[in-house]
Amino acid sequence: MSDLSKLTISAARDALRKGEVTAVELTEACLTEIDGAGALNAFVHHTPDIARAQATAADARIKAGDAPDLCGIPLGIKDLFCTKGVPSQAASRILEGFRPEYESTVTTQLFDAGAVMLGKLNMDEFAMGSSNETSVYGNAVNPWKIDDRQLTPGGSSGGSASAVAADLCLAATGTDTGGSIRQPAAFVGITGIKPTYGRVSRWGIVAFASSLDQAGPMTKDVRDAAIMMTAMSGHDPKDSTSAELAVPDFEAMLTGDIRGKKIGIPKEYRMDGMPDEIEALWAKGQDMLRDAGAEIVDITLPHTKYALPAYYVIAPAEASSNLARYDGVRFGHRAKLAQGDGITEMYEKTRAEGFGPEVQRRVMVGTYVLSAGFYDAYYNRARKVRALIKRDFDQVFDQGIDAILTPATPSAAFGLGEMTDADPVQMYLNDVFTVTVNLAGLPGISVPAGLDANGLPLGLQLIGRPWEEGDLLNTAYALERASQFVAKPAKWW
Amino acid sequence: MSIDEGTARRVAKLARIKVEDAALPALAKEFSTILGFIEQLNEVDVDGVEPMTSVTPMRLKRREDVVTDGNQQAAVLKNAPDAREGFFAVPKVVE
Repeated sequence: MSDLSKLTISAARDALRKGEVTAVELTEACLTEIDGAGALNAFVHHTPDIARAQATAADARIKAGDAPDLCGIPLGIKDLFCTKGVPSQAASRILEGFRPEYESTVTTQLFDAGAVMLGKLNMDEFAMGSSNETSVYGNAVNPWKIDDRQLTPGGSSGGSASAVAADLCLAATGTDTGGSIRQPAAFVGITGIKPTYGRVSRWGIVAFASSLDQAGPMTKDVRDAAIMMTAMSGHDPKDSTSAELAVPDFEAMLTGDIRGKKIGIPKEYRMDGMPDEIEALWAKGQDMLRDAGAEIVDITLPHTKYALPAYYVIAPAEASSNLARYDGVRFGHRAKLAQGDGITEMYEKTRAEGFGPEVQRRVMVGTYVLSAGFYDAYYNRARKVRALIKRDFDQVFDQGIDAILTPATPSAAFGLGEMTDADPVQMYLNDVFTVTVNLAGLPGISVPAGLDANGLPLGLQLIGRPWEEGDLLNTAYALERASQFVAKPAKWW
Repeated sequence: MSIDEGTARRVAKLARIKVEDAALPALAKEFSTILGFIEQLNEVDVDGVEPMTSVTPMRLKRREDVVTDGNQQAAVLKNAPDAREGFFAVPKVVE
């Protein structure tokens, strides 16, 4: 078999079980691709020894007839996940040299299922960014290219997006606090799902904003997302917000039959200045779902406009608290101190050297909105608005809506460096369609649905009812089948 | 709301991030932009709305108050920038 790294998880699984390919062969094919893809800067820590050992073990399991779906499947892991003995630094200088003594719950579950780790993937520092440009490793690059410019793979899970789209691995883990799985997935033409808050354990994932963070799969198609979701999900006593709910076999729920499903189209997502192509793609998505037998219903989510400002209070507030732990005492970077420097100077210098500008900015904004005198005006008000945003969704679902269709992003991938001079708020607008989903704790999936006039991929987002990822994936599956998106980036790296 | 340099300095201090004086004007300007954006929230009628504490209607789990872990001194100290005699070492705190 040739082009092994291009396989989907499901195709590789079937080939492994039939003995047509071995996990070692799959892994070697991916390692070769990774070695040739330095220009993408997607993999930032390579773990070929671990990968080969895991692949050999997987082949033994497959031979013994004990092969879970992910057995022998080579994956990339976002740098935000703590992996035992392997650098896990959230793309930050402040965690330079940090090698966790423990394994995150998600990677533990993936490895128990026989998955192979190829290495750690680039991302925005502490997952704060929408273009992968805040990374201490330098930006990852989008494998899609239409002219001389290098394009962003999106962020924060930019390395994951780039690696999956460029066929360096079969799939990757991502995390999503405001859109960090769905926006990069849309920018590179792959599938990415953010599960319901509490579906996937956050234990061992470097925390950004704990009430919003969720990990999820980034894959080549919807079936793979379903397979990986099943393996990543489940109750974890080590995460107090992890839901004690049974995990269905999500793949078994993919029938493609969405007849009679009610799909909501929220009028508030029709933004001023939205490119015609995004508008046209959204309309095309509605047609495809209608043709598949779904009923398209106009709905209203009146507080949508306030989601982004509420997010930029709540997320920095939680980040300022979570990132207080990086103080140069227990792990990571400590600044060199001058004669006479005390502990306060140690904290201040360490954090100034260790955090990049965007992380510093958000920590300070968070500090401000939580500070005496402003807590009510900013933080509590934002939490009230968040309650209203969730209520908007609750009301729509109470009316019998099964899923909501929106664009995934307000534009196609933009050029690296193009936003450098823009004010921070311009960059934040990338998350305008995705951030509501985190605030309401809902599952959301981005599915590639077409190309723009320049030939760059565009995605559509489907938002589901809480805990009904199976139904959501099935609707996404129907959309995927209708759109028949098969475009791949031409190899230039 | 416009943030002045003094406020920017105070926030940096509270956040324990060293910011050079020369960088304060630019920082204050960025804060003002972001807070200006956030200020849209004042348009929303939030009377009688409880601030969200949990996005899912779950109670936080309580576990029994018993020791579940421990005896991992070496692992805990493994990543410390400066560990001595089984402790984290920091600059002198008390005279």
